[in-house]
Amino acid sequence: MKFTLNIWRQPDAVTAGKIHTYELDEVSEDMSFLEMLDVLNEDLNAKGEEPVAFDSDCREGICGSCGLMINGEAHGPEVTTTCQLHMRSFKDGDSITIEPWRADAFPVIKDLVVDRGAFDRIIQQGGYISVNTGAAPDAHATPVPKDKADRAFDVATCISCGACVAACPNGSASLFVGAKITHLGELPQGQAERDTRVVNMVAQHDHEGFGGCTNIGECTAACPKEIPLDVISRLNWDLHAALRHGK
Amino acid sequence: MPDTTNTFDSSHTGRLEDEYDDAAGYYVDGDPIADTKAPGGPLEERWDTRQFEARIANPANRRRLSVIVVGTGLAGASAAATLGEAGYVVKSFCYQDSPRRAHSIAAQGGINAAKNYKGDGDSVFRLFYDTIKGGDYRARESNVYRLAQVSRNIIDQCVAQGVPFAREYGGLLDNRSFGGVQVSRTFYARGQTGQQLLIGAYQALERQVAAGTVKCYTRHEMVELIVVDGRARGIIVRDLVTGEIETYFADVVVLANGGYGNVFFLSTNAMGSNVTASWRAHRKGAYMANPCYTQIHPTCIPVSGSHQSKLTLMSESLRNDGRIWVPKNKADCDKDPRDIPEEDRDYYLERIYPAFGNLVPRDIASRQAKNMCDEGRGVGPEVEGVRRGVYLDFEEAIGRLGRDAIENKYGNLFDMYARITGEDPYSVPMRIYPAVHYVMGGLWVDYDLQSTIPGLFVTGEANFSDHGANRLGASALMQGLADGYFVLPNTIRDYLAEGPFEKVAEDDPAVVEAQESVRSRIHQLMNTNGTRSVDSYHRELGNIMWEYCGMERSADGLRKAIDLIRTLKEDFWRNVKVLGAAETMNQSLERAGRVADFFELGELMCVDALNRRESCGGHFRAESQTEDGEALRHDDTYAYVAAWEWAGADEKPVLHKENLTYEFVEMKQRSYK
Repeated sequence: MKFTLNIWRQPDAVTAGKIHTYELDEVSEDMSFLEMLDVLNEDLNAKGEEPVAFDSDCREGICGSCGLMINGEAHGPEVTTTCQLHMRSFKDGDSITIEPWRADAFPVIKDLVVDRGAFDRIIQQGGYISVNTGAAPDAHATPVPKDKADRAFDVATCISCGACVAACPNGSASLFVGAKITHLGELPQGQAERDTRVVNMVAQHDHEGFGGCTNIGECTAACPKEIPLDVISRLNWDLHAALRHGK
Repeated sequence: MPDTTNTFDSSHTGRLEDEYDDAAGYYVDGDPIADTKAPGGPLEERWDTRQFEARIANPANRRRLSVIVVGTGLAGASAAATLGEAGYVVKSFCYQDSPRRAHSIAAQGGINAAKNYKGDGDSVFRLFYDTIKGGDYRARESNVYRLAQVSRNIIDQCVAQGVPFAREYGGLLDNRSFGGVQVSRTFYARGQTGQQLLIGAYQALERQVAAGTVKCYTRHEMVELIVVDGRARGIIVRDLVTGEIETYFADVVVLANGGYGNVFFLSTNAMGSNVTASWRAHRKGAYMANPCYTQIHPTCIPVSGSHQSKLTLMSESLRNDGRIWVPKNKADCDKDPRDIPEEDRDYYLERIYPAFGNLVPRDIASRQAKNMCDEGRGVGPEVEGVRRGVYLDFEEAIGRLGRDAIENKYGNLFDMYARITGEDPYSVPMRIYPAVHYVMGGLWVDYDLQSTIPGLFVTGEANFSDHGANRLGASALMQGLADGYFVLPNTIRDYLAEGPFEKVAEDDPAVVEAQESVRSRIHQLMNTNGTRSVDSYHRELGNIMWEYCGMERSADGLRKAIDLIRTLKEDFWRNVKVLGAAETMNQSLERAGRVADFFELGELMCVDALNRRESCGGHFRAESQTEDGEALRHDDTYAYVAAWEWAGADEKPVLHKENLTYEFVEMKQRSYK
């Protein structure tokens, strides 16, 4: 297979970037998208041109490191992570445009690499249950209804890749925050801090420069782990309740 | 995989008839080494004894005591969070952009704990026994018993953190049987137990960041250890965004940097997983133990071409229902498998091991797959002239149980397979091949998890201590969290009680020397201006390791590998090409530093494998097998931990042996016939 690649190149956070075009031959349909970029980088290296920087680590769709805008879609045309996208999803001769996540709260570091530190800072504001090591009761002390446990698991599958933010016209991280609020809020262990958690996490979300949610739903469509949109309803519900409780 | 407690045949356990030393000339004998921290007495009281005897750092003093933790996987994030809660000043480092991305996240299956919630006869002693036996009698009894003891606390802690383990309809935790044991002791969160446990540890860590006890340095890679007056006192890191070389000091350093399976280039590890932090410590005096013990997992998706960057593992539960075969005739290897009639298929595991069939242990299943492909009966695409794959066929199971039942059990794995290969495993047999998955070897530590450098502690996969020559399924997560939450915080305090230590001067000769060596190494990598990319060297090193130090090792092959590695390493330093600048983000430079260390590690792995002329656990020496081709251990000669000391770049490594004695379990040879 043969492709024309239009790739965002930006030397660092402060220098303006632009699209560069590369031709790549001899791509196999069994290559993952990132392996295709590996091949491009070997080519560039051989030609004396600096390889394209991009994040990836586990390459099995779970660490959340990778994430590219591919032809304007977060993680490209399939519902999966960029590392699990394969070249057989494209047609021979296609032109592919590759950009970094686009959001004010995710500044570009270099080429396709962005800074998602804002997610860690949101978690610091309450995305946890306060229990010191050694202070836990027996694991069977509190049964959790299976439907609640399953629901908590389903939304805890978020891998913090940031596709929801990149896909959202508002650059909102509401799906990310909603998933954490729902995960911890479904469990009995998460009740004690439920009000303060939602208030503080939302405040940090806004402070980081993420936009508000206007129920467009691009986030859930782009999410490789298919986190449902109703976690944002849950987020709003909990936020409303917390404010009513005077938090 | 099936339990073999009752099928042991001890007749093979025996003394080597001649005095062999295949590794003569490659190493120097050193003094024996011993674990001086493990208490004696009854097995079940040893950990309590140590916890009581370990001194406690005065609470008021703790905010003046500082700890560096390198790595934020299960073993690092849990340690950093717990030490932060205790009031120490913690600095946490990871090369990823967030602590939550460390490769523990990729573990699928589950975590063992001796809770006996099923009332099926499990106990701390049984988990201990299974782990010792699974490790092929090459792990320490005291360590493993402690691991089994604290396993119960881990589950309590994780549930309290909100880890969404699978539950039954009554709301209690579900368990499953895993890795061939006879009891159900594995807790799980569907196929992503690793991610859920890591999120728990990560959230505990971020809570401490908010509390001000922990500071996280993401996208920072440790490139050197600072040892002052014989104690580990700090690290040098490269800021992967700015390229700056930074120095951090502390009273104690903890390495939790994971395993080094990427020395094989292709493995199930993350792209960035590397040995550099461990190797830098090794070069400063930390012994490396049993580096050749590697676990190779039989059910991975095969290599599809020379572009392959990593391998993906599928849960070995697939072997419960899938049947493994290759064509009887080489001529059939490129045919559509559906057109190969039953009588022309060789269900080789069922043929060779009628009692256990497709459920033989990981190492046997892996080695036999290699044998079939070496015979020329492998299937799938030819990569560099050989077809490396065997069929894992569900046709019979779908016929017996129905497609729905198979979909319910394995749907997510089938989907993953289809996504990666583009083939539908419901209609065409899957292709599988073994891949490097985990390393049991690592930095030598005593019972306190302290290395041979005072003040340097090592947790998780990075240390060698608990799995012997082979690790049981669902025990990696257990060990990482046991070390980080419960063991290290209770042993490190004994060391910290002596602190705070005198402040290290910025211009201390040891510090200046370490900084200069980092700078000159980077300078050399950036200015070699050769013709070959870093990846091409890494790939070639990986091929050498896989061929000669992979599933089957022989003296001739290992000696050849050592020569090849030395030649390749020399060429690397003369001819590597790293573009861009060192003062910015430079991913080629990051990889170059890692590959440079992999060369030295790879050579030591071969020397270690050469020294151990026996087959045990994940280590199979062609010279040490039964008449039927099964692994043959030599307890009289090799019941020791091989702890290697770095003697210098052009010097032979020094071997220190730690004898393993078994007071509570009898050593037995396994048999699966």
